[in-house]
Amino acid sequence: MATQTAATAVAPAPEAKGTSTRTIALAIVGLLILLAAPFVIYPVFVMKVLCFALFAAAFNLLLGYVGLLSFGHAAFFGGAAYICAYSIKAWNFPPEIAILAGTLFAAALGAVIGYLAIRRQGIYFAMITLALSQMFFFVCLQAPFTGGEDGIQGVPRGKLLGFIDLGDSLAMYYFVAAVFLFGFLAIWRIVNSPFGNILKAIRENEQRAISLGYRVDHYKLGAFVISAALTGLAGAVKAIVFQLASLTDVGWQMSGEVILMTLLGGIGTLVGPVAGAALVVSLENYLATSSFPVPVVIGTIFVACVLMFRRGIVGEINAFLDRKK
Amino acid sequence: MTQTAPAAAAPAAAATNIVLSATELTKEFKGFLAVNNVHLSIREGSIHALIGPNGAGKTTCFNLLTKFLQPTRGRIVFRGEDITRLKPAEIARRGIVRSFQISAVFPNLSVLDNVRIALQRPGRLATQFWRPDTALNVLNARAEELVEQVGLQAFIRHQAGELPYGRKRALELATTLALEPDVMLLDEPMAGMAHEDIGQIAALIRRAAVGRTVVMVEHNLHVVEDLCDQVTVLQRGEILAEGNYDSVSRDPRVREAYMGQEDD
Repeated sequence: MATQTAATAVAPAPEAKGTSTRTIALAIVGLLILLAAPFVIYPVFVMKVLCFALFAAAFNLLLGYVGLLSFGHAAFFGGAAYICAYSIKAWNFPPEIAILAGTLFAAALGAVIGYLAIRRQGIYFAMITLALSQMFFFVCLQAPFTGGEDGIQGVPRGKLLGFIDLGDSLAMYYFVAAVFLFGFLAIWRIVNSPFGNILKAIRENEQRAISLGYRVDHYKLGAFVISAALTGLAGAVKAIVFQLASLTDVGWQMSGEVILMTLLGGIGTLVGPVAGAALVVSLENYLATSSFPVPVVIGTIFVACVLMFRRGIVGEINAFLDRKK
Repeated sequence: MTQTAPAAAAPAAAATNIVLSATELTKEFKGFLAVNNVHLSIREGSIHALIGPNGAGKTTCFNLLTKFLQPTRGRIVFRGEDITRLKPAEIARRGIVRSFQISAVFPNLSVLDNVRIALQRPGRLATQFWRPDTALNVLNARAEELVEQVGLQAFIRHQAGELPYGRKRALELATTLALEPDVMLLDEPMAGMAHEDIGQIAALIRRAAVGRTVVMVEHNLHVVEDLCDQVTVLQRGEILAEGNYDSVSRDPRVREAYMGQEDD
């Protein structure tokens, strides 16, 4: 009892103990799954899951931690995929430079779209991002370099850093896993940083953050660009994995899909978007071979989620564990 | 012009310095004049009360002074600088910090974090996205001091949203004080407070007002009488009377418009 009160009075970090042991255990299990997965499950499938998981996690950085619902994230995902695929095919870029180019392009596009969208809030913000990303979709549809309806096909995977042949599916897998890990840890760091603290404050009470002298637009734009860049990273890597960049990746359905993944997994949780992406991608893969129409099943799950477990899978589990304490 | 007795320690010269002033301040909402031709002169180091019946335009005045609303007409000057066109965050950065009528805390953050958010702004700690949040622990000592000042030390690890209403107000005050503001605008700091807490918060405001200027909207006239050097009475968006509490409370128009509602 005495130590308890001493701890609450002195300990610098709140809720330090219990969470961190759970987090470390989870991290180890996650890492083991990541390493062992290609030996158990078809590697291309896991890579697809990882790309979408990073996409959803980057999207959730904006929705879950700043409270901004973007309905245009496909522009960053698909745009980066196009740039990456094109620079490999046309200019013989090595994969790492092509991915970097795609990521930078997404960041730049994010700066433009974000700059225009953060001026408005709520549904208007979502509408502006949707409109601008649709404009980008039509650019991709019409511009000659994207290959129109065909997309850019048969993108060679090439050699990473000049000596790792990504044609080998295991090498490709571990590269994707490393990129995912990098992106995921970057998000984790940002969320739990001094900057992330201000983002949460803006999400919680924007007026109050302004009245404390924070130029909230700068913070929102910063978060938007980071989110767009990480989304682009996921899109660029996906283009190399599937050797393909197409209109599917820039369409509004893709923006909707990532919202669905994040919602199902749990908004504002770190692991939620990963779980959501895994669930949606698995369902799509599984149902693709059955006669069930995919949108109907996903739609049903979505409705059930919104009606019954609004916090999403991971959100509900967290809430359950908190109740038990 | 009658000169009110200056506060004990404050030199008479400082008391007459105008720190914040508004001239011909007007706000129109689609034909409705919420604030009409209001002149305000806030003296440095004073505690200035804005009182008046509901709908008199007190909160609108606050929103205009802190630029959460853009005035239709008029001019606001802070220390000789025209701030009429500035954005609210810029106003706060110049040292004019406001609180809100509905308690404004960050509900899902701890009491400690609420105060640390304010302490983060000066310096570089607000934009560092590559450092762990343990970097913020350098602020803990100051934050704990502020939390203790408002009597919330027992709740320091609690989520702000779980606090009872009065304690949220106290936390909001601590967060405002964390910025060391030049001018504090408090929108009904006592609203919803339990009777026994009012004295404590009043004492806290009095302590916090040393070396600062405070403008407050307040309904509790005992608090106004006790705390404030200068009182401006608003009615239907216009100034009805101005002066120290005694002269204002003797004004027959004020008695009719406002005091009549006081039941004791």
